[in-house]
Amino acid sequence: MSRRTSPVIPGFGLTLGYTLVYLGLLVLIPLGAMFVHAAQLTWSDFWAIVSAPRVLAALKLSFGTAFVAALINGLIGTLLAWVLVRYRFSGRRIIDAMIDLPFALPTAVAGIALTALYAPSGLVGQFASDLGFKIAYTPLGITLALTFVTLPFVVRTVQPVLADIPREVEEAAACLGARPLQVFRHVLLPALLPAWLTGFALAFARGVGEYGSVIFIAGNMPMKTEILPLLIMVKLDQYDYTGATAIGVLMLVVSFVLLLLVNLLQRRIETP
Amino acid sequence: MSIRRFALAAIAGLSLSAAVQAQTTLLNVSYDPTRELYSEFNTSFNKHWQARGHEAVTIQQSHGGSGKQARAVIDGLRADVVTLALAGDIDELNKLGKLIPEDWQSRLPQGSTPYTSTIVFLVRKGNPKAIKDWDDLVKPGVEVITPNPKTSGGARWNFLAAWAYAEQKYGSEAKAKEFTEQLYKNVPVLDTGARGSTITFVNNNIGDVLLAWENEAFLALKEEGGENFEIVAPSLSILAEPPVAVVDKNVDRKGTREVATAYLNYLYSAEGQRIAAKNFYRPRDAKVAAEFSKQFPDLKLVTIDKDFGGWKSAQPKFFNDGGVFDQIYQVQ
Repeated sequence: MSRRTSPVIPGFGLTLGYTLVYLGLLVLIPLGAMFVHAAQLTWSDFWAIVSAPRVLAALKLSFGTAFVAALINGLIGTLLAWVLVRYRFSGRRIIDAMIDLPFALPTAVAGIALTALYAPSGLVGQFASDLGFKIAYTPLGITLALTFVTLPFVVRTVQPVLADIPREVEEAAACLGARPLQVFRHVLLPALLPAWLTGFALAFARGVGEYGSVIFIAGNMPMKTEILPLLIMVKLDQYDYTGATAIGVLMLVVSFVLLLLVNLLQRRIETP
Repeated sequence: MSIRRFALAAIAGLSLSAAVQAQTTLLNVSYDPTRELYSEFNTSFNKHWQARGHEAVTIQQSHGGSGKQARAVIDGLRADVVTLALAGDIDELNKLGKLIPEDWQSRLPQGSTPYTSTIVFLVRKGNPKAIKDWDDLVKPGVEVITPNPKTSGGARWNFLAAWAYAEQKYGSEAKAKEFTEQLYKNVPVLDTGARGSTITFVNNNIGDVLLAWENEAFLALKEEGGENFEIVAPSLSILAEPPVAVVDKNVDRKGTREVATAYLNYLYSAEGQRIAAKNFYRPRDAKVAAEFSKQFPDLKLVTIDKDFGGWKSAQPKFFNDGGVFDQIYQVQ
């Protein structure tokens, strides 16, 4: 009756058990507790909290800036991966190691440093200010901070895939008369896209939840530059634990739906 | 078998480490700008405590935003004493945590507030925008830096000081609301805490005036680059009262009630008051206050209890969701 094919490597029961315990302790229980806490609210209370104008404005800002930042990193990150994989030049390894630095740096340090640079009196910000626009304390500044923090994701997911595509494939396509753009469109892109989407989704998810680096550069003006995680902190500072979990649940559900969509998209690309 | 042996070994290890830690430790959970005050005070208290025939105590300090610190204690941080930015945060230890009795504030003199501070203006050298009083902050073109009152205890004192000034000068609550609305239109950045605002004003060069705790303003003058700033005292401000309390549930569990109580009482002694004054907090003790009278500008001060009916009524009215502060931003 059993349809399960016995794998070559034994230990399925043990490893699955570990997987479930691990995921349960680290992911499911904390997230579940949040849903349980939010369940104290009636549906209409919950709706009143998450549909307040300030929450909606923050929702748009958080998801909008995270999306744009992930998109920027999607382009620049692919370019970086390309340069690192396809060319040999002195200092390549150093640049390669530098890519991961945004992960190692405490996010608050990144935030303070970026603010000092891009504030209207800062080294870079003064030029923007001469041109008549501001970077720090605007959504532009938030996007900048998120781009910095999520830089490694796309590079690190695209890099190994790119390295695995043999040069010969491109050469063969070229020999068959494909123009460079056609090689890119029909040979490279299909191979890279699933990994690229993974990197994009990771960067996006990380950006939505980012607090430390954004909080210094955002300016935190209600309705304008207030991110969702800050609203959670505001609720907590009023000892409104339930209100805070309501916004947390909102973020989680929206993120989950978006990540699920990315996943489905990926599956369609992989199995045409 | 092996699990039981492991458990026994673990228990043996635990009791061993407990024996090593026989020395009493005291955890003081405080807010941000008291770092320097308490590191000096702790050394002095230890001397005083040992002079009375006790063993030395290890005093640990924890600093952070006042509300965040209170939440940590409610969620289980074993603080022996809390020394926070406002009574409202310690009230929550009673309401949410059941860690202290409701009448905690009447257990020590002066509403459990051994030292006070107030809100002053920090301006750039030479005071280029000629800022003298609260009225100058609502003028067009003046940029005011203050943290967000929703996330910062200090910012709540700032807000109430501005409100009190306008209410006394223009005579009505509606006018006071208009005034604070005008003031917050001149605020380009709302940082989440007092230190964040200081960085924005001092290091990033944003704004013309910083609304600051008096002790923070003095500290900024003392630090490197302090000669680029001046303190301006407004005609009226608020008496900022950061209170202290022993956390009953924790000291009873740890058996540290005696030393924790002595620790807070020492804040009221002449020596404790002098250390507070040296760190730019206004002492309560009249004699010590006289010694340091030159240091602190003479101001007319309103109080939270007399003029706002205490935090229990001020917090919901001004700062909770839908309160006066939220209304300011809903207008736009």
